[in-house]
Amino acid sequence: MIEGIFVEGFIFSIMTLGILISYRILDLADLTCDGSVAAGAATAAMCILSGWGIVLSMAASFLVGVLCGLCTAAIHNKLRIPGLLAGILTMTMLYSVNLRILGNKANVPLVKVTTLYRLFPRFFPFLPSEFSSLLGTLLFVLVIMLVMVAFFHTDLGTSLGALGSNEQVIISLGMNPSTLKYIGLGLSNGLIALSGALLAQYQGFADANLGTGMAVQGLAAIMLGEFLFKTNRIEFITLRVILGSIAYKALMFLGRKYGHIVGITPNDFKLLTGLLVIISLLVAYSRVHAAEDAAKKKALLRIQEAQNA
Amino acid sequence: MLDIQHLTKVFEPGTVNEKLALENIDLHVNRGDVICMIGSNGSGKSTLFNAISGTFPITAGRILLDGKDITRMPEYRRSFDIGRIFQDPTKGTSGSMSIQDNMMLSMSKGMKGLKYSMNRKNQELFRELIRPIGLEDRLQDNVGLLSGGQRQALTLIMVCMSHPKLLLLDEHTAALDPKNARIVMELTEKYIEKEKLTCMMVTHNMQFALEFGNRLVMMDGGHIILDVSGDEKRRLSVKDLVDEFKKKRGSGYTPDNGLLT
Repeated sequence: MIEGIFVEGFIFSIMTLGILISYRILDLADLTCDGSVAAGAATAAMCILSGWGIVLSMAASFLVGVLCGLCTAAIHNKLRIPGLLAGILTMTMLYSVNLRILGNKANVPLVKVTTLYRLFPRFFPFLPSEFSSLLGTLLFVLVIMLVMVAFFHTDLGTSLGALGSNEQVIISLGMNPSTLKYIGLGLSNGLIALSGALLAQYQGFADANLGTGMAVQGLAAIMLGEFLFKTNRIEFITLRVILGSIAYKALMFLGRKYGHIVGITPNDFKLLTGLLVIISLLVAYSRVHAAEDAAKKKALLRIQEAQNA
Repeated sequence: MLDIQHLTKVFEPGTVNEKLALENIDLHVNRGDVICMIGSNGSGKSTLFNAISGTFPITAGRILLDGKDITRMPEYRRSFDIGRIFQDPTKGTSGSMSIQDNMMLSMSKGMKGLKYSMNRKNQELFRELIRPIGLEDRLQDNVGLLSGGQRQALTLIMVCMSHPKLLLLDEHTAALDPKNARIVMELTEKYIEKEKLTCMMVTHNMQFALEFGNRLVMMDGGHIILDVSGDEKRRLSVKDLVDEFKKKRGSGYTPDNGLLT
C-alpha cells in the first residue's frame, strides 16, 4: 500500500510542477488546472483505446493541455481580464469539452488495452509489479524535473521568472509579456494534462470529474513542500514540490485509513484540503510575525546594552 | 533624432474626469542632446515621457525616432531603442532574481531563446561592469537585498548595456538620499559621456537643471513654455527661470519638492 502513496504522489507531483509554473513562477493564479488535468486524462484514454500507442497518446494529451493553457492565456491577454477569471472560464468550458472527448460518457474504462502501468512490470521484470510501477513513475518524474530545471536555466526560462516578479522589466527588455504568458501557461497546462494522462492509466479509467478541486490540492502540496526547507534555486524548488506532493498524498492516505476513527469520510477531503491550505498560510504568516518579534526583541536588547555600557 | 509633432493626449475623454494632459507639443531632440525637463506637478513631463515610451496610446500627433514613425509601436518594441529609468528603484530590476540573472537578461533586447548565456566569460563581463558601484563580489545575491541607490545604479548599468538611442530619466534620483543621489548622478554623467547618449531627464532641482546638459525645457499645463540651449542656457540663472515662468503664466512657480536649492 505504501508504494501506492508514492506512485500517486509522483503522478500528482507532475501536476503540482505545472501549478508551480503558473502560481509561483509567473505569479498568475490559474484555475485551468481542474479542466486540463481531466482533458489530459480523457485524451490519453481515448487515444489509447483507438490504438495510437502509449507514446503518441501521451504526446497528444500534452498538446491538448498546452492548448488549454493557450486558451486561458489568450482570454487573459486579449480581453485584459485577470488570469484567475480567464482560468475559471476555460475550466468551465473544458468540462463540456472533456465529456465530448470521452464520447459523451462521464467515465471511460481502459480495459483490454496496453497502458503504461501494464508495461512497467515488463520493463522491470526483476521487481514485484507494484514496485515496477513505482520505479517507472519515479523515472518519469525525474526526467520531467530535469527537463524543467534545464529549461528554467535558459535565457527564456529566466525571462519567465523575471515576468513573475516584475512585468515592467520584461517590457523594458523588449519582450512582449503576452508571448511569455502564452509560453508559461502552455507549458504549465501541458504538464498538468500529462499528469492526467498518467493518472488515467494508473487508475485504469478516465473520468470527466477527475479534475474537481485539483488546483487547490496542488496549492496545498506546494505549501506543504515550502515548509520543508528554504531555497530560491529551481533545482530545490522542484524537488520541494515533489516531496510536498507525496506528503499531501500521504496525509490523504492517513485520512482514508484512520479517518473513520474520528468520523472523517472521503466526502470531507475537499474541506480538509481547503483547511490545509488555510492552515499553511496561517503558519507561514505567523512565522513572519515570529521572526519580526524576534528581531524586535534583539533590537531592544541592543539598545539596553548600549545604555548600560 | 526624436521628432514629436503636434502631440496631444487627453485622459478619459468623454467622461467627467476628462483631462487635457498635453496639447500640441512640438519637440525636436537632436542626437547628443542632454535635455533637462522642469515643470511643476501636473505640467505634463511624465505624460510626455509615457507618450514617448509608449505606455499608452496618444490622442493625436506623431512621434518619429530616427525618421521612423513609432506612434503606434507597442511599448516593448520601443524599448529596443529607448531606455528608461523610473523614479521607483524597484521598477527597473527583478527583485527576486540575482544580479547576474538580471544582467544576463539585459545583454540583448527582444525575446530570449533556449540558450545558456550564463557562462564564465559573461560573469567576468558583469563583474567588471558593476565594479564601479562596488557590487563585484555580489553577483549571486538577489537584487531585492540591495539598497535603493545600488539598485538604481544597477538599473542604469543594465540600461546602458544595450546602447539605447534615447535615454529617458524620470526623476531617477528623487527617491534616493543626497549622497546616493550624487553617486547615481555622477554615474549617469559618466555613462552619458562614455556612450555618447542622447538623454532627456526630468528634475525638480532648478539649479541642477541649469548646470546639467546642453538644453533646458520647461513645461506647464501641458505646454512647453521654454526651450533654451547652448550659450543662451548657460547665461540663465534660477531667478531668470522664475521670472520667465511668471511672465508666461502670471503666477509663481510652485514645484513639489524643495526647489531653488
